Amino acid sequence: MNEETFRFSKSNRTLIAVLIIIPMVLLFIGVYGGLMQTLFRAGIIQSDPFVGGDYYKGLTFHGVLNAIVFTTFFAVAFANALIPYSLKKALNSKVAWTAGILMLVGSVMAAIMTLIGEATVLYTFYPPLKAHPLFYIGLTLLVVGSWVASANWVPMYLAWRKENPGKKTPMAVVGLFTTFIVWFIATLAVAVEILFMLLPWSLGLIDEINVMLARTLFWFFGHPLVYFWLLPAYVMYYVFLPKISGGKLYSDMAGRLVFMMFIVFSVPVGTHHQYMDPAISSQWKLLHGIFTFAVALPSLITAFTLAASLEYSGKKNGGKGLFGWMWKLPYFDKEKWFFAYMITGLLIFIFGGIGGIINASYQMNTIVHNTAWVPGHFHLTVAGPVMLAFLGGSLYLISQFMNKEVRLKAWALFSPYVYTIGLLIMSYGLKIGGLMGMPRRTNTGASYANPDSILFQADWMIYINLTVVGGVIMFVGIVMYITSFFTTVFSKSKEGEAEITFPISEPLHDEPATWLRNFKPYIVIAIILIVLSYTPVIYDVLQATYGGSLPYSPDSPVPLR
Amino acid sequence: MDKSEKLALTLSGALLVVFFGAIMYAAMAKNIDVPTCITDMDPFTTDTLFQTGPDSYELQMVARMWAFQPSTVRLPVGSTVDLYVTSQDIIHGFKIEQHNVNLMAIPGAINYMRVTFNKPGEFLFACHEFCGAAHHTMAGRFIIEEGGS
Ligand code: HEM
Ligand SMILES: [Cu+2]
Ligand SMILES: [Cu+2]
Repeated sequence: MNEETFRFSKSNRTLIAVLIIIPMVLLFIGVYGGLMQTLFRAGIIQSDPFVGGDYYKGLTFHGVLNAIVFTTFFAVAFANALIPYSLKKALNSKVAWTAGILMLVGSVMAAIMTLIGEATVLYTFYPPLKAHPLFYIGLTLLVVGSWVASANWVPMYLAWRKENPGKKTPMAVVGLFTTFIVWFIATLAVAVEILFMLLPWSLGLIDEINVMLARTLFWFFGHPLVYFWLLPAYVMYYVFLPKISGGKLYSDMAGRLVFMMFIVFSVPVGTHHQYMDPAISSQWKLLHGIFTFAVALPSLITAFTLAASLEYSGKKNGGKGLFGWMWKLPYFDKEKWFFAYMITGLLIFIFGGIGGIINASYQMNTIVHNTAWVPGHFHLTVAGPVMLAFLGGSLYLISQFMNKEVRLKAWALFSPYVYTIGLLIMSYGLKIGGLMGMPRRTNTGASYANPDSILFQADWMIYINLTVVGGVIMFVGIVMYITSFFTTVFSKSKEGEAEITFPISEPLHDEPATWLRNFKPYIVIAIILIVLSYTPVIYDVLQATYGGSLPYSPDSPVPLR
Repeated sequence: MDKSEKLALTLSGALLVVFFGAIMYAAMAKNIDVPTCITDMDPFTTDTLFQTGPDSYELQMVARMWAFQPSTVRLPVGSTVDLYVTSQDIIHGFKIEQHNVNLMAIPGAINYMRVTFNKPGEFLFACHEFCGAAHHTMAGRFIIEEGGS
């Protein structure tokens, strides 16, 4: 069967390539930081050439570059590519470039402030630790850029609907719009936090800040943020994976239902990050806990639908019996290297999902909150399925939009497997260490893992050392990928003009699902749930806190003014 | 929706309901809860520990860059402690090894949890929220001793 192709203007092709290549460089810096962290934490090094002895500066880089910059760029680039392709409509390249430039300028500003040590506040930037105003402005530009980019897709979609009455919106478009609807709602809160609280306070226009309020606004944003990461990966799983594995998507309706459920339940759950916080009544924490369980449902549906789709592919490829299909999937097919990035992600996500339910389980959070368990957990989500899907997606996009053949395919193919092995080892070390009480965001090498310190914890050492082993293997996996990626980027282009194509799956079971055709009712329900779940939380925070906080630098216990 | 899909959906829903039931059971029947809103307590800036009953104590703890005050707390086995925690400067975090206590110490708010020490031994609490350059040195211990008080 011939694939459908679509031509992008040269300017749009260049933009998408830029939006992929620059963050890839930043990701590599971030990942290097991750490797250094494992070495710092074990006491193997006390300084590195990039951040000197400042572990926490490195950690800020690691979180901001990997989890905020890289992910946002990829989501925008991916949607810039897949939405026009799916709707067969040209992207307005002026708007798209404006968005891209805002995002680039913002990220560079935030990165420079971090590098010169003016923003050692980690990627959550909790006050009253204060960063340089340019750090906050940089993050704001990054977010505003992503808004501009998404505003660009709305008229395309509306025009398409007018021209195609009664037709189902392509699944890819549903998924990407879901991604950015969730992102838009979420970023409103962090915009309020930054523009009305952090920025004026950092500039000295206001003296004091309500720390609990800022934190609560942050987590209003912080949880849906994780779905903003996850949803583009889901788009790839639903839209590309069945086709690449040689089959069809088991159920079209399941996919649509899953995306709508994410719109409804992604936001009114943020307080599950604040189970251990003061000034919020436990019953509201429980309410957010209930909604968190509700948002676990679409992921369970996804697990079923994808497994069923893969089973269909495996059987079509000749697999027999109950489990025979599992051996008939293209795990090691060099031409289908993309499959490896998705299947490893799905495997990792089994552990990530279980860990997530544990974290969400209200009282059980007492055992794990802010221990090393937590980074152990989210490397199994954001640094697992999400990043692997984004790496696979980036390599695919770059080969398409720069019109190149992927080079060093074997490296690209084995990279996710190597990375997965390392990741499972590192996360195991972090998680068990966390259960023993090892704190997260802590340079253990300078205290708990230092035999000369009175704080030395001998029984944590084996787990800290496991994170080193895992971290080194992960790093090797990433180096394999980066080698293939940049060899591809710098290789000679193919003849002729680039014609873009994506592996779009057909559904096996297709139902009209008219009740899932429109975003509006789901957005309305989401807003109602948000108001219901956040009004009491904000009320509690305002009435149970006292005084405000002056700004602090991480280097001194005396406030900055 | 086909049959297996419906079944999967039902089972997933049921699984989540069971998990949630377990949470409710722990909260209602076993009284294991998370911190809640404290409004009946005056803000405090210094640490105090006093006895409120034969085996019960109240401890007001202050977290600051980069120490907990008090940083060593000695108590007899079997003590129940009403633990109040706040911060004097920026955000800190507090978790007692091997016990169900985990509290964020946040300026402008008081956090509370009750804990009973049933085992003798030394129990570390390490600051678990990034609080600046010497965050990794911010820790303390409960020393729970055998025998009368
Ligand atoms: C070679 C690969 C990587 C290694 C070895 C690594 C290692 C680590 C370690 C040891 C920590 C815990 C630090 C601490 O709590 O003190 C950490 C934190 C973190 N990592 Fe990674 N990581 C890697 C890749 C990634 C990727 C790809 C992402 C995201 C896409 C990511 C996102 C994060 C985030 C958000 C944190 C939390 C930072 C914070 O607490 O402020 N990491 N990483
Ligand atoms: Cu969350
Ligand atoms: Cu601290």
